[in-house]
Amino acid sequence: MSILLEKNTKVIVQGITGSEGSFHTSQMVEYGTKVVGGVTPGKGGTELNGIPVFDTVIDAIKKTKATASAIFVPPPFAADAILEAANAGIKLIVCITEGIPAADMVKVFNTIKNMDVRLVGPNCPGVISPGKAKIGIMPGFIHKKGNVGVVSRSGTLTYEAVKQLSDLKIGQSTCVGIGGDPVIGSQFLDIIKLFNDDPKTDGIVMIGEIGGTAEEEAADFIKKNVKKPVVGFIAGRTAPPGRRMGHAGAIISGGKGTAAEKMNAMKKAGIHVVESPAEIGITMKNALDSLKGKDSKKKKSKSKKEKSSKKKTSKKK
Amino acid sequence: MKIHEYQAKEILKKYNVPVPEGKMARTVAQASKAAEKLGGKIWVVKAQIHAGGRGKGGGVKLAKSAEDVNSLAKEILGMQLITHQTGPEGRKVKRLLIEEGVNIDRELYVGITLDRAQSKNVVMASTEGGVEIEKVAAETPEKILKVAIDPAVGMQAYQARQIAFGLGLEGTQFKNAVKFLLALYQAFDATDASIAEINPLVVTKEGSVIALDAKMNFDDNALYRHPEIVKYRDLDEEEPLEIEASKFNLNYIKLDGNVGCMVNGAGLAMATMDIIKLAGGEPANFLDVGGGANKETVANGFKIILSDPNVKAILINIFGGIVRCDRVAQGVIDAVNEIGVEIPIVVRLEGTNAKEAGVLLEKSGLNFEVAVGLQQAAEKVTAVLK
Repeated sequence: MSILLEKNTKVIVQGITGSEGSFHTSQMVEYGTKVVGGVTPGKGGTELNGIPVFDTVIDAIKKTKATASAIFVPPPFAADAILEAANAGIKLIVCITEGIPAADMVKVFNTIKNMDVRLVGPNCPGVISPGKAKIGIMPGFIHKKGNVGVVSRSGTLTYEAVKQLSDLKIGQSTCVGIGGDPVIGSQFLDIIKLFNDDPKTDGIVMIGEIGGTAEEEAADFIKKNVKKPVVGFIAGRTAPPGRRMGHAGAIISGGKGTAAEKMNAMKKAGIHVVESPAEIGITMKNALDSLKGKDSKKKKSKSKKEKSSKKKTSKKK
Repeated sequence: MKIHEYQAKEILKKYNVPVPEGKMARTVAQASKAAEKLGGKIWVVKAQIHAGGRGKGGGVKLAKSAEDVNSLAKEILGMQLITHQTGPEGRKVKRLLIEEGVNIDRELYVGITLDRAQSKNVVMASTEGGVEIEKVAAETPEKILKVAIDPAVGMQAYQARQIAFGLGLEGTQFKNAVKFLLALYQAFDATDASIAEINPLVVTKEGSVIALDAKMNFDDNALYRHPEIVKYRDLDEEEPLEIEASKFNLNYIKLDGNVGCMVNGAGLAMATMDIIKLAGGEPANFLDVGGGANKETVANGFKIILSDPNVKAILINIFGGIVRCDRVAQGVIDAVNEIGVEIPIVVRLEGTNAKEAGVLLEKSGLNFEVAVGLQQAAEKVTAVLK
């Protein structure tokens, strides 16, 4: 199983006729995503590579029964696009757009927080359930179907971690890029809860960075509730305070949001914190291996008959 | 984006936030003239740089006569002002703010910023004015009053009253504080500010509530809708290389090390800096060349990195997702041929067409060290320095 996105999830693309929107729509379709429609106000009734374009999200939902939306709308109009999708009844909104004003996102966040909708992003690579579907801009081929969940504030650094996992034959249940902005729809905490509840996710990789306290909040939850192994990395140990490191949210301000603070909180929560970004994959492999070892030992002592089906049961777990 | 104190006060004044009368001066003559025009018996001469802690660094002085203004202006203009935020080299003072003196009764603190944990703006206030708020937060957190603002309705009068009562204000001071807080929030909200900090906020013996100091920063993502604020940008306060990089849409931040880095993506760029440090090197910069790393962006990236004389080696780390690595490799080769890079270059290309990219680099006859994986990339680039 995966979280958020399944093979049959029906997806629309807001901003489908723009250059980013149309390019990534074709990439998503190629990967197997069920893109059932697009929305560009004023271009309703037309088609893009056989995909119908609608004027409004409401129209698109009526005709296609879509439940998810990918947003590729330019920053000045992106907040509006999110609110349109949420109010039309979309359940999963993935906003790729980078550069949305923080004040716009504060309004959006507080408007939709009590609605039955999940927003991922903005300023993120999106969501992929390997082998099933992707909503976003990540390269599909580096991913591998499997049982590790990945959640990250970054784009290419996530690809780096995923590649390390895939190279070690560790597949992923779902990878979620939550975005590099100070105000985002889903935090580490939200996604980690979903991974924790997903029976087919055996381990979790969380990749944070300097700025804010979202990693600390997630660590607190993990300490209390998560039994699955969690591997963590924080980017920006060498980042100077007071400077925005590319992402709008990656800034140490007032001495808060340092990598050291976050890594400490995560270590205290029992997370396998890696010092080097090159060790994310191997650390997860070791954690999963030792888990399997424990499982098989337990079962061995329980009953010798179970031995033959050892592999199956440990997989289930 | 950061602006000067005098600029922040110009904005606040527009939104009816009381500030002392003052004038900006770039020369000693302008400073004297400003004091004369302002009138009165006491003036404050304040260095204008984009850094806090100016008072402690000797950049804010009280003048009790016209001669004082003159001599203080001479002293402060052109000085290298060193504060805890400027680094040891300090920052050259090129502008002054000459202000009327204020009859201070109490010094308070008020600040507005985005609370990321709540995804709401919060107004913070404290009776400990003139002290760094981080220090108050660490030592006596109970002295900080906080109210979170609902973005749908903005700051309400009851919230302003809650803060003003909390600060122990009464009578005219109380009434003026409520007005002040509502106006300040208005200014913050209308300009897409990311920080508005008034430290100290003073109440005078006459009952006025005035922003004695003012710091405002703005959300870069919202500048497109505030041309009036973009005008306030002071390039003298920014690193020349960073200004140059921004012309090419490159995200560059200069650091103190000797290993130049060129990376696609902000998170990976930070991680690359981190792993260089772990391997025993010191990163010279943060540079995110963005999604479309082609010949032009790579060439511009090289030019920026090489303008820093400390750089002794360069690490290129590109994870090609949608971008094809062979194209990036060709861009690197063309750029090196075009501008002639003399120092060692370690290249790590991963992702789409990485193998083809490796072949291209090998065949180029140029002196590249090709690395496989992040770890090897960091080791190779620190090894070439030894």
